[in-house]
Amino acid sequence: MTLDTSLGTNPTTGSDRASGSTTAGSGASDAPRPAGRRPAKRIADWRKRAEIAVLAGPAVIVFVTFVILPVGMAAYYGFFKWQGYGPPTDFVGLQNYVIIFQDQAFRSVLMHNGFIVVLSLVLQGPIAIVLALLLNQKMHGRGLIRVLVFVPYVISEVIVGTGWSLLLQSNGAVNDMLQGIGLGGLRADWLSNPDIAIWTLLLIISWKYIGFAVILFLAGLQSIPEELFEAAAIDGAGYWQIQRRITLPLLGPTIRIWAFLSIIGSLQLFDLVYIIWGQYIASTAGTSTMATYMVGNGRNSGNYGFGSAVAVVMFIISLAVALIYQRFVLRRDTAGAITEGKK
Amino acid sequence: MATTSIVAPGRRATSERRSSAAIGRANPLTYVVAILFVAANLAPVLYIVLGGFRTNSQITTSPAGLPAPFELGNYGSVLSSSIFWRELGNSAISAIATTVGVVVLGLMVSYILARYRFAGRGALYALFAAGLMFPITVAITPLYLLIKDLGLTNSLAGVILPQIAFALPTTVIIMVPFLRAIPDELEEAASIDGASRLGFFFRMIVPLSLPGVVTVGILAFIASWNSYILPLFILNNEGSYTLPLGVQAFSSQYSVDTAKVLAFTSMSMIPALIFFTIFQRRIVGGLTGAVKG
Repeated sequence: MTLDTSLGTNPTTGSDRASGSTTAGSGASDAPRPAGRRPAKRIADWRKRAEIAVLAGPAVIVFVTFVILPVGMAAYYGFFKWQGYGPPTDFVGLQNYVIIFQDQAFRSVLMHNGFIVVLSLVLQGPIAIVLALLLNQKMHGRGLIRVLVFVPYVISEVIVGTGWSLLLQSNGAVNDMLQGIGLGGLRADWLSNPDIAIWTLLLIISWKYIGFAVILFLAGLQSIPEELFEAAAIDGAGYWQIQRRITLPLLGPTIRIWAFLSIIGSLQLFDLVYIIWGQYIASTAGTSTMATYMVGNGRNSGNYGFGSAVAVVMFIISLAVALIYQRFVLRRDTAGAITEGKK
Repeated sequence: MATTSIVAPGRRATSERRSSAAIGRANPLTYVVAILFVAANLAPVLYIVLGGFRTNSQITTSPAGLPAPFELGNYGSVLSSSIFWRELGNSAISAIATTVGVVVLGLMVSYILARYRFAGRGALYALFAAGLMFPITVAITPLYLLIKDLGLTNSLAGVILPQIAFALPTTVIIMVPFLRAIPDELEEAASIDGASRLGFFFRMIVPLSLPGVVTVGILAFIASWNSYILPLFILNNEGSYTLPLGVQAFSSQYSVDTAKVLAFTSMSMIPALIFFTIFQRRIVGGLTGAVKG
């Protein structure tokens, strides 16, 4: 992780890295690069500013307009009862938030999101690690396998959703196959039965995203120096002992990053649920998420103020989880990669 | 996809060492597990592709069966429908424009962040890094209102601009360490030879950063090709639909004609699969770089 070290210098505060802060007084000095690239730097200062403006300007404008501004607008609109026409005028204070937290439906979407967060980790993590360990052995067709396991990740949520909803219909291929192999007793209404539906969702999510985890872990495994394994083997360690004592601990950073991405993804889950179930069936089938709740009760019912408030709640939950995770789990791995500058 | 590379590729040079840390030689059980895993990954995809070659009566009588005989009519009618080609065109335009925008804007700002020293640089970097915590789902409601105020609903520009904006954090985080790793000596040499800093940017940085640019571009392209929630909000007019919206509209419009829906779905996935096959080394390699560091 190089982010923290490479941006350890914070010019705004003038606190340079220890290495070369003696060079010059100004905060914009080239301190950590003692080589001093441009002797005539001060004269060309105006030119440098112009270059910065020209090169950084467009990206900053696009980013602030379409990312920062909308998030800020959500925070503002959340205090209004507003249908999206004209400027918001009906200020209701925290009422939207009160409604959200008193709404039984919101509590159940929170439960669903929590369920998906936890079970995605519990289900996908171990399976993906075992698969990555297996696929990391010398075997024929390893390159091809790596490509093929990535296919579900590359195709779009809409295609995954459409395909799986056809497969899982009550008269669809999955039930037909179960019948065919003599397990007709296991036929079920995979999508509409509220006892099963969220497990079905979990299965589809796992199908789509486990390949990503496997590829990530394989990449992590390849960065472990081979000498370690040789040394352990010479010392008489068996295959599984090596995996448990050497591979897993060294794979730790990769696993923790994957878990972070998985958690955030689970909290923001929208596409698959909305495509397979739609906003109404999702709540009866018990697969609705915070995001489908937001879209259903916000834009789809014309309550932009309320929808914005839900977005804010979602954002705060994700941010809190991310910061807690960062603080307690990722601490050593990425120290500051994501929260850089917030200190 | 957008958040796949929170961690930056650190020392590129070391990641070149592809020699695997594989230990042990695969035994038959490994092959069995691998084949089962691959089969589980591919079966639903094959179901979609093969289902397109069946008739509706075949699908009704035996939902899990194979095409017997092969029916080409579904694919034929998809390929001859103007809707499919229009939506393919819309998807291609928005994916290509997004990719170009992300690469151009992202490379420029990353160059500034990586190789210029100025007050506020840390804050600027933090601004982009914080963008990782703002997923599009959270911003979508006000974003839609903003796009509406700008008069860009039902136009691809209304999808492209936010997509560029939301891809910038990943791009910056991948590109900055990459550009920083280009040796200072090169810049000195260039400046001795009379190149300005901008000249250095165009003549040296752009070609040298190509591998990083390709990774970033692929991520942006696939994210745009698959993007759903943004077009869902912004594009309400069928003429402006991209493929994901088209697949959904098609499958609700022809919900009784399962075979045709499957053909349409599989046709819309083929471009992404071809793109992935061509660039898979880069994608997998990009992730490798993303994890190490």
